Amino acid sequence: MPNKTFFWFFLPTGLAMILFIGLPIISTGIQSFYAQHDQVVKEVKKCDPFGCTVSIVVDNEETSKIREAKPLGKFNGFGTYTDRNHLAVDEIKKFWNETESFGAFVDQVTNLPFYKALIFTLTYCLFVTPNVLLLGFIIALSLNAVARKIRGPLIFGTILPMIVTPLVGSLVLFWMIDSQGIIGANIQNLMNDPYLSLKSSKTLTWITIIIYGIWHHSPFAFVVFYAALQTVPQEPVEAAIIDGASRFQRIKHIVLPHIYPVVTFVALISLMDNFRVFEPIIGFSAEGSAQSLSWLIYDNLVNEEVILFGSAAATSMMTIIGIAILLAPVLIRTWKEFKTAR
Amino acid sequence: MRKILVTLLFLLFGTSAFADCNIKSGSINILANDFPALRTFVETSKQCKGSADFKVTHSSEHNKIAVPALTANPSEFSARIAANSSIVPLMNQDLIRPLDDLVKKYGKGIQDSQLITIDGKVMAVAFMANTQHLYYREDVLKDLGIAIPKTYEEVVAASEKIRASGKMQYPYAAAYKAGWNLAEEFVNMFIGHGGEFFKSGSAEPNINNAKGVATLNMLKKLSELSNPDYLTHDSEAIKVEWESGNVALMTLWASRSGTLLDDEGDPNITKATKLTGPATVGGGNIPAATLWWDGFTLAKNRPDADAEATFRALAHAASNKKMVADAADQAVWLVEGFVPGPKSIGVIEAVKMGAKPYPMLPQMGLMHGALGSEIVEFLQGKESAEQALKDVEAAYISKAKEQGFL
Repeated sequence: MPNKTFFWFFLPTGLAMILFIGLPIISTGIQSFYAQHDQVVKEVKKCDPFGCTVSIVVDNEETSKIREAKPLGKFNGFGTYTDRNHLAVDEIKKFWNETESFGAFVDQVTNLPFYKALIFTLTYCLFVTPNVLLLGFIIALSLNAVARKIRGPLIFGTILPMIVTPLVGSLVLFWMIDSQGIIGANIQNLMNDPYLSLKSSKTLTWITIIIYGIWHHSPFAFVVFYAALQTVPQEPVEAAIIDGASRFQRIKHIVLPHIYPVVTFVALISLMDNFRVFEPIIGFSAEGSAQSLSWLIYDNLVNEEVILFGSAAATSMMTIIGIAILLAPVLIRTWKEFKTAR
Repeated sequence: MRKILVTLLFLLFGTSAFADCNIKSGSINILANDFPALRTFVETSKQCKGSADFKVTHSSEHNKIAVPALTANPSEFSARIAANSSIVPLMNQDLIRPLDDLVKKYGKGIQDSQLITIDGKVMAVAFMANTQHLYYREDVLKDLGIAIPKTYEEVVAASEKIRASGKMQYPYAAAYKAGWNLAEEFVNMFIGHGGEFFKSGSAEPNINNAKGVATLNMLKKLSELSNPDYLTHDSEAIKVEWESGNVALMTLWASRSGTLLDDEGDPNITKATKLTGPATVGGGNIPAATLWWDGFTLAKNRPDADAEATFRALAHAASNKKMVADAADQAVWLVEGFVPGPKSIGVIEAVKMGAKPYPMLPQMGLMHGALGSEIVEFLQGKESAEQALKDVEAAYISKAKEQGFL
C-alpha cells in the first residue's frame, strides 16, 4: 500500500486513538505529578444524636481559595512515585542498611504494597502466558485432527470460557471452591482436613486464580492457532510423512515454523492482558491474599472514601511502563524480522 | 358542578399523607445504601412527592458513586443518604449544603436531636441509629450451660466450649472480609480497648501501641473460631452462615436483624436467635462497637428549587410517626413516636453502655482504608502484630501526605 493511501486509511482510527487513548494517558501522566493541597482544617463543635464533641473539619472557604488558584493541586514531582505506597525508595534504602541477610531484605521489600502487587502480577503472567500458549496449541492440534462432523460443536464448547464474562466465570468457580461448595468440600474430604480452605491460604488462592486465568484465556490462543493451522500447506506435510517423519517431528519442523508469527502475536496479546489481571481478584474476593497492579489502581479510586487520584495515576503510569518493558523483547525481535524481510 | 366533584374527590383521596407537603415543582433524585429500613424511608418520602419528579438509586456501592456524582454541576443526585463516615468526604469536598433555612421553614416534625450540626450549621438530618452487637443461639448456649457473653473474652471461651462439644466447628462469625469490613471490626475493637486513632489535635496516627496489639490479638483469636474463609465474608455472607445453622455467636449490624429474624429460613433457628448488646473487651467499660447514624444530606450543586422539594419529601419521612410505627422492627428510628421493640435491644444497650460514635474526622477514611488491607497478613499468621501496625501507619502516612493532611 502506498504511504499516502495508508495515511488516509489510518487517519480516522489514528484520530480516535489519540482522542480516547493518547490524551487520557497524557492527562493521567500530568496528574501523577500532583498531590492535593495542604488541608486547611479548623476545630469546630459537632453535634449528632449521640452528643456533641469538638473536633476538626476541612475549612472549605480557605480550601476553595487555594483550589481556585491552583486547580491541579500541589506539584509533587516524583514524590508520589517514590513514596511508600509505590516505589518506596527511602524504605528500600533503609531495609538494605538495617537487615542482616538478603532473605530478610526481600521479606521486607515484598511486604510493601507496590512490590507485593508487582510480584503477584508477574507470577500470574509467568504462569498463565506459557500455559495458555501450550494448552491453546494442544487443543488446536487435537481439534484439527478429529472428524469434521463433530468439530463444530467441539469448537463451540472449547471457546465457552471466553464467552463467559470474566466476573461471572470467576464467581462460579468462587462458589465451587467454597468450603461447602462442590470442589472445596471434596478437597477437604480427599485431604481429610476439615480446616482446609482454598480461600484462606495465600498459596492456594494464587493457584486458583492462575488456573482460572489459564482456563479463561486458552480459548483465545486456541481460536487463533486453529485458524493458523488451516493455512499450513499440505505438500510438505505429505512429503514428510513419506520420508517417515513422526507426528512430533512434523509439528516441530513444519507446523511450528509456519505459524510462528501467530505465536508471537498471541504471546504479545496474552502478556498484555495478563499484566492487567483484575476481574478474578474481585470475583474471588481475593483482595486479602492477591493484589495486582490494576487492583491497586482500583483500590485507590474506589475503596477509600477519599479518592487518591495522584496515587492511582502514578500506578497507572507504572503499569504502562511495565507492559512496555515486558513486551520490549518480543517487539524488538519482530521489528528485526520485519527489517530483514524487507 | 364539575369543580365541586373534583374538590370532593380531592378531599376524599387527598388524605393526610399528602396534605402537608404540596410540592409543585423541582426534581428529586436520591442516592442511598440498600437495606430494608432505607427502602422504607425512601418509599415514605415518595408519598409526598406531589408533582415533583422522583427518582431513587439504592446501591450497596453508594460510597463509590457519591463523591463523583455530587461533584458534577448540576449534580446527579439532589440528596444522599449518608452516615457518620460517608458524610466526611462530602464535607471535605464541600459538596453538601447547610439545611438551617429549610429546617426552619419545613422541618416542623423533626426533633432537635435528629439534627447533625457542624460548626453551628445543620448539615444532615438523622433518622435512624445503627451499631454492631452480639447475636446468639439460645438453644446452643442453654444446652451447654453457657451464660450470655458480655465480653469478647467470654465470646472466645464460649466459642471454644461449643467447638469442643462438637456441635459446631466454627461457632463464631463476624464480617471480616478484607477491606472496609475488616477495618470496621478493627475500629470497633480498638475503641473498645480505649484507643484513639490519632495523636490529639493532629492527623498523626496513633495505633502502633499496646492497645493496637491487644486489638489485633483479639481479632485473631476470634478469626480462629470462625469459618476459615472469613476473609471473604461480608455481612450478607455471615447472615447466610447463621441461617444455615453453622454459627452460634455473631457480631452483626443491628439493621440486619430484620432480615435475620424474618419468616424465611429454618423456623427453629429463627426462634432460637436472640439479640444482646455489644460486648466489651480487655476489661474496658465501653463496648467494642461504634454508634452510627443514617441521615440525609442535600447536594450543593443543585438548584434551590430541587433542594427545597427534596428536603420537603425527605423531612416528611424523617418525621413520620406512621412509618416508625409500621416499620418498628426494621431499624432503631430516631424519629419522634418510635417505640423500641425487641429487635432494637442491640442499639439501645450500646447507647446505655456509653458506646462511642464512629469518629467523624476528615482523615479517618484514609486510616480505615489502610487498616483494611494491611492487617490481613497478621491474621493469616504471616507477620507480627507490631509489623502489621507499623505497615498500617506507614501506608496511612503516605496517603495522608498525598492528600495534604500531614
